[in-house]
Amino acid sequence: MISFTVNGKAVSVADPPSTPLLWVIRDSLKLTGTKYGCGMAQCGACTVHIDGEAVRSCVAPVSRAEGKKITTIEGISPDLTHPLQQAWIEIDVPQCGYCQSGQIMSAAVLLAENSSPTDTDIDEAMSGNICRCGTYPRIRQAIHRASEIKAQRGAK
Amino acid sequence: MANRIKWQILAALALVGIACASLAAWSQRSAFANGGRSSLVATVAAASPDDAAAQSAFERAYPVFVSPRCQNCHPSGDAPLQGDDSHVHTQDVKRGTDGHGVYGMRCQTCHQDANLPGANMPPGNPKWGLPSPQMKMIFVGRTAGELCRQLKDPKQNGGRNLAQILTHVATDDLVGWGWNPGDGRTLPPLNRPDFVAAMQEWVNDGAACPK
Amino acid sequence: MSVPTKMERRDFLKTGAAISGGLLLNLYVPDWAPARAAQSTSQPVALNAFVHIGSDDLVTVISNHSEMGQGIYTSLPMLIAEELEADWSKIRVQPAPVAAVYNHTVYGMQMTGGSTTTSSEYDRFRKMGAMARVMLISAAAQSWGVEPQSCRAEKGFVVHAASGRRASFGSLADAASKVEPPKDVALKDPRDFTIIGKPLHRLDTPSKTNGTAQFGLDIYIPGMLTAVVARSPVFGGKVSSFIADKAKAVPGVVNVLEVPSGIAVIAKGFWPAKLGREKLEIVWDEGPGASISTVGMREQYAALSRTSGAVARKVGDPANALAGAAKTITAEYEVPYLSHSPMEPLNVVVDLHDDHCEIWTGTQFQTGDRAAAATVAGLKPEQVEIHTTLLGGGFGRRANPASDFVTEAVHVAKAAKVPVKVVWSREDDIRGGWYRPMWYDHFAAGLDASGNPVAWTHTIVGQSIFDGTMFAGFGIKNGVDAASVEGAADIIYSIPNIQVDLHSPKNEVPVQWWRSVGHSHTGFSVEAFLDEVAHAGGKDPYLLRRALLANQPRMLAVLDLAVEKAHWGGPLPPGHARGVATHFSFDSYVAQVAEVSVEKDGRVRVHRIVAAVDCGRTVNPDTVKAQLEGGIVFGLTAALKTEITLDKGRVQQRNFNDYPMVRMFESPKIEVYIVPSTEKPTGVGEPGVPPVAPAVANAIFAATGKRVRRLPIKPEDLRSV
Repeated sequence: MISFTVNGKAVSVADPPSTPLLWVIRDSLKLTGTKYGCGMAQCGACTVHIDGEAVRSCVAPVSRAEGKKITTIEGISPDLTHPLQQAWIEIDVPQCGYCQSGQIMSAAVLLAENSSPTDTDIDEAMSGNICRCGTYPRIRQAIHRASEIKAQRGAK
Repeated sequence: MANRIKWQILAALALVGIACASLAAWSQRSAFANGGRSSLVATVAAASPDDAAAQSAFERAYPVFVSPRCQNCHPSGDAPLQGDDSHVHTQDVKRGTDGHGVYGMRCQTCHQDANLPGANMPPGNPKWGLPSPQMKMIFVGRTAGELCRQLKDPKQNGGRNLAQILTHVATDDLVGWGWNPGDGRTLPPLNRPDFVAAMQEWVNDGAACPK
Repeated sequence: MSVPTKMERRDFLKTGAAISGGLLLNLYVPDWAPARAAQSTSQPVALNAFVHIGSDDLVTVISNHSEMGQGIYTSLPMLIAEELEADWSKIRVQPAPVAAVYNHTVYGMQMTGGSTTTSSEYDRFRKMGAMARVMLISAAAQSWGVEPQSCRAEKGFVVHAASGRRASFGSLADAASKVEPPKDVALKDPRDFTIIGKPLHRLDTPSKTNGTAQFGLDIYIPGMLTAVVARSPVFGGKVSSFIADKAKAVPGVVNVLEVPSGIAVIAKGFWPAKLGREKLEIVWDEGPGASISTVGMREQYAALSRTSGAVARKVGDPANALAGAAKTITAEYEVPYLSHSPMEPLNVVVDLHDDHCEIWTGTQFQTGDRAAAATVAGLKPEQVEIHTTLLGGGFGRRANPASDFVTEAVHVAKAAKVPVKVVWSREDDIRGGWYRPMWYDHFAAGLDASGNPVAWTHTIVGQSIFDGTMFAGFGIKNGVDAASVEGAADIIYSIPNIQVDLHSPKNEVPVQWWRSVGHSHTGFSVEAFLDEVAHAGGKDPYLLRRALLANQPRMLAVLDLAVEKAHWGGPLPPGHARGVATHFSFDSYVAQVAEVSVEKDGRVRVHRIVAAVDCGRTVNPDTVKAQLEGGIVFGLTAALKTEITLDKGRVQQRNFNDYPMVRMFESPKIEVYIVPSTEKPTGVGEPGVPPVAPAVANAIFAATGKRVRRLPIKPEDLRSV
């Protein structure tokens, strides 16, 4: 058994250690917000956090999660109040929406480490996430907006 | 001292488990190459090295440095390269402050402790990364002479002396990845023992750099 | 879950009336409706097939069109809410089941495509909203003993101003559902619109930011196993023999079964299924497809393009005009096969029983998929229930003329005898065919002494999409597939002598509509060649287009707006240049100006794209902008990145490493401007795509003097060092 926490809940899974974390999260734990897009870390749809670091769960063996804290899109806020969720909603970023879990999980690490990212920072942080619908301009805009929301909350 | 270096390397190679046959072959060749010079210590210390032999040895090792497996993580810019054509890493990942990426685009975001099976799957190593921005150790676009001088320069090589350079190329696990690069990736033009042997000859012969 | 046979029996025709506008409305109220209003705390009552209202005042709009990112789960409810006088905060949306009442008003089948949802539903959805409003008012007036004319609806209430009485829609729904639907309803004067034309927030956005949005891949039903299918490496190939022992030995693999499309590995989850598939030993009977190479096809196509094909359009006497021209130029253009590659790989959940079948999938083509599933299952279409999930991108792939992914999944379920989810890997998707066809175009133009084009001939070579499908009769006339020549045969430039003709060679590679269909190649070739004509005649590419569009006021306005916003002719950083293109498609007018530079190593940097669009009246202008933005990025990927090539019948690409998408760092600044219009709404999902590649290619010519005639644009074609 491999044990870790997902969004604060302790879990133990019996999947073979080399099983990608993605399929454990989806098929075993039935948390479906984390998406399969390519299976080879090309598209970022499967991005989760392991101890706060972004990881492409489609290539990370579940053994890597042992004893770690996993956060998925479902755990980023309980009530749509994460600044990125607020900004995503305000700007209506998603189209089909399939890649957006991964986009938000990547952006969350960016925003946690850099409260006011530049366009270059956004390029460097977000180019591992593909959006076939082409929402990049709005993702960029929403990250800037989330940075403002975060600053406003911090100022209160 | 040189003997000590040699034994260090031998021990190190044994440690990393290089095949006995290769090791034996290397050992023989190495011994042969050393033959005729009474004392390696004297050779290095006496500043009467065999420059031509050293240059030739480095030229032999050089294609390994600039092979895709090695140069792709020693780029001239701040983004690693990929593939046998050494194209810029598709995701435009960046070196970052520690050589391991930026934000949610850390090397370990995709690269695991070991290679994943399958063509074009992310290769892996516990230390996977680029040299730090303080010591970029650029291979791409460097001539043999330029690369050699950079390699020897303690200001550019992390303060390593020749012995430490040799230990590094002979024993470092991430360097060793170049010869165990995972499915579908071409190998450097020399095997590791031959590469290390060439590097040792270069040191033994005074570590002169090609022009 | 309701049983389809029961659903069919109890579907009833509430009324069928020819309503003004000539639209025949069959107002079925299927009985599944109450059971499905999951978001509602009460039992919603159906006022018609599209509007259900619960006693909690929630208004559930039933969408017969699939949501694949285009925002239709917001735009269609806006049409209803406008006429219903609903409280927008009480609007919910649900996918429709498959029923004739939900057929596309133009295509006559339940499907989403052709950038037609808004235009085809603009009247019907408003009428459904208006009819429901009339019924609610009638119920209120009856209970209050007043004349309906003395009541009005506002923000989810019926109000009787004289007495000050108010009743919420929820409180009236039950009574309203018993009112005879009006035979005709008057629709609002657009000047009174309070919702249509406003940039409202999308209803589906919150669920797409917290992981709750449910796509087909997210469906898990009791007892379900996951299947992956090993398909022939060559199109048209069949299994000759196979050994499954090693696959069956993989822990988690439950079964290995042959189906018509290949060998299905059925397992407790995707991962063991995939590992099992890798262990299969299959001998394929590859068939004639094994000889296909795109290099060979290119030679064949090029030769064909220099001969005349089936004539799609002829104006004047182009041969004579060419012969008599002061100057003639010729050029050949080519584009590759392309995969749609939606981010959500194809998947289908099938729960098959003796007398009914339930299917969950993200489809654009419910009627066809249901019929195909029924055939495989040996059931009547009415016994097959399709639950349309959200689509993680469609771009045409999920409206398959052969229902390929649904058909296969029913075969797998039939063989496996358990509920299954068939999942396509990304490799399966990219190698799975149904591509945008490869095209080769030969052009000749004659210019008069002042540099104006007087003759234009265009020969197109590429596979027919409609050929062999149920749409063939509709799409192919006199040997010309309309989808092959759209955007070429109907060019709106005033040129006195025009000929467009077509060759439609066949091969085993299955082809399909891909976002903007024929326009995806004609937009590029026509607009890039027109740029060549402008330069050959010594004219500014913008001004030549202006002159040729003198009789096209809508395109002219769009072109002028894009050019003005892009500061055509204005100063630029060193090495940057602009290119312009227009394209008329899906009844919409689009112009784009691209600003690019080319690195020494040949890499193209697209810095900015300015687009202007006239798509008639906009329902949700923010959605229009989003669709244009998305179309531009989609088109840019085709312009700069992707191609599907075949050698010995095998597709040479397999995942995003070698079929790469434009990423954030390559995504330009995009500005979209909408030309205000009171004309009827037209398409927006696709028209953003065609002008991108030519605008970029024309800008590259302006920057480097190098003419790009082949997509994708490759750095090696432009390298200067």
